[in-house]
Amino acid sequence: MFSFELLLDAVVIGVLLGCFYAAVSLGLSISFGLLDVPHVAHPAFLVLASYAVYFLNEHYGVDPLLAGLLITPLFFLFGLVAYRLYYETFEKRGSDAGVRGIAFFFGIAFIIEVLIILLFGVDQRSVTADYVGKAWRLGDMRIPFRLVVAFVVAAALTILLTLYLSRTFMGRAIRAVAQDQEALRLMGANPIRIKQWAFGIATAVLGIAGALLIIVAPVEPTLDRTYIGRTFCVVVMAGLGSMSGTLVAAIILGVAEAIVLTLFGASWAPAISFAMLLGVLAVRPQGLFGRRS
Amino acid sequence: MKRNGIYFWIGAALFLAGAMLMTQVIGNQYPFFACYVILQFIVLAVAWSILGGYAGYVNFGTSAFFGVGVYTAVFLFKATGVPLAVQIAAAAAVGALMGFALGLLTLRMQGIFFSIATIAATIIIETAITNWRYVGGASGIQLQRPAVMAPFDNYVEMLFFVQAVMVVLAVAISRYIQNSWIGRGLQALKDDELAAECTGVPTLRLKLTACVISGALMCAAGAPAAMYLQYADPASAFNLNYSVSALAMSLIGGTAHWAGPVIGAILLGVTQQLLTVTISSEVNVLVLGVMLVLFVVAAPEGIIGLIRKVRSKRNEGEG
Repeated sequence: MFSFELLLDAVVIGVLLGCFYAAVSLGLSISFGLLDVPHVAHPAFLVLASYAVYFLNEHYGVDPLLAGLLITPLFFLFGLVAYRLYYETFEKRGSDAGVRGIAFFFGIAFIIEVLIILLFGVDQRSVTADYVGKAWRLGDMRIPFRLVVAFVVAAALTILLTLYLSRTFMGRAIRAVAQDQEALRLMGANPIRIKQWAFGIATAVLGIAGALLIIVAPVEPTLDRTYIGRTFCVVVMAGLGSMSGTLVAAIILGVAEAIVLTLFGASWAPAISFAMLLGVLAVRPQGLFGRRS
Repeated sequence: MKRNGIYFWIGAALFLAGAMLMTQVIGNQYPFFACYVILQFIVLAVAWSILGGYAGYVNFGTSAFFGVGVYTAVFLFKATGVPLAVQIAAAAAVGALMGFALGLLTLRMQGIFFSIATIAATIIIETAITNWRYVGGASGIQLQRPAVMAPFDNYVEMLFFVQAVMVVLAVAISRYIQNSWIGRGLQALKDDELAAECTGVPTLRLKLTACVISGALMCAAGAPAAMYLQYADPASAFNLNYSVSALAMSLIGGTAHWAGPVIGAILLGVTQQLLTVTISSEVNVLVLGVMLVLFVVAAPEGIIGLIRKVRSKRNEGEG
């Protein structure tokens, strides 16, 4: 039955899992949290990155993490194009962009899903590497090595992005554009180019996040539907646009999922993130570390 | 306006008579199988448009309502074996209640938050049903169709006619809302919710009304689906494809007029049926996605908008 060791186990796994969730949510934290783009296709981009990593790993034997790094520039360009398209068709026209913007990204997500199915089939795919499948033993506790890898990379990614947004010129510009676009325009800067750059970064991060996704567990084309819940839960709970908040919120979600998994079994797992998301939206819509109060 | 109303009801009567005639004349079962799906999508798209089109709240929970409709019918059929009409009525009642509850919880949110909240509700309900053993759990449940009632000599034909009646009902309700003060209020809050609230439009009450009506219609549309397939499982009953289809059909048809979703649903529904038969169901979803993106980008007012544009141009040319 339920014991203290089991709980401890769940908490440790939950923290590791949480860091991984933070890594896959960071991009959304920029695109949705800072730029207010209703980016429902974010999880679909993520799964797409996973399949790109799978392709490189399967056919050329590239290490998944390296493959993730390799596709990052491609995803950066992809992000630039995607934002430009979104800006030209919706933000520029202004009125009623909300409804159509969401529908637009949902359409994109569906197209990506089907393209993946047509290219790779509906079967689950996974990568091979030395660290996939092994585990660490800490006393009675068994910690899968793939989770540790995800944890380390995710932590590094979060720190790097936080530093980028607070220390570099461009990073500060991104935060400025999130606060007051008009003020930036008055200072003679072009807010659209900064936002485009930020969206590029947000999409580029997905390259590595996608590699982590396929390292942690096998992926399938419709996996993005579950991750809509997880990523939006993390970003909304964090308070839109807070990087450190994203890490904390992701760990809370990870621990909650791990505990429910041990207590009630895997069949309840998909509902947890969505239930927490609904709860946060209903009770504290500005999130735990909200910038708008 | 009044003459318009007479034409509408004559058209509806002709449509139902035609459907009835079809069931009596055509012996082949396939047309009914295909048309049933198209009719079902018309109801879903029209219902979606009541909240999504008139009020501008993008609801991704169509699959939640549809699935609950399916499982209300499954539960009632397994527990009591009541006839189809009762199943549909019960599903509509459950849908109305669910729309009310969901509306209270989510309608204070705006834009993307509302949309995400409705997806969340879909997944939560699906998970709950997956864990409910009585209605089959994750592996689904087989259903045996009861004997068919006269004048139909086949169960699918009867389902087809029932769905046709629901189409008329849904369109009539949607048309009534559009022309009444409810529709004007929804239109006002779509344009500017704060301004509408300030001028005395009861925005929350109107949104709740729209959500309740839309939910009841979606659930009712889902109720006969269990009998249609003779099988129900959570993964397909709550499939997100229903949400995207209803949304795409409404936006492609145009949401400014009740006829928009009908046109969109017929157009996309027929295309889908043809594609499913000739190519594959994956391509079918791809076409849906591509058309949605194309229309949202290039023709934001949908087909109705295009027609209006052509008409006004022609009028300008004459005048």
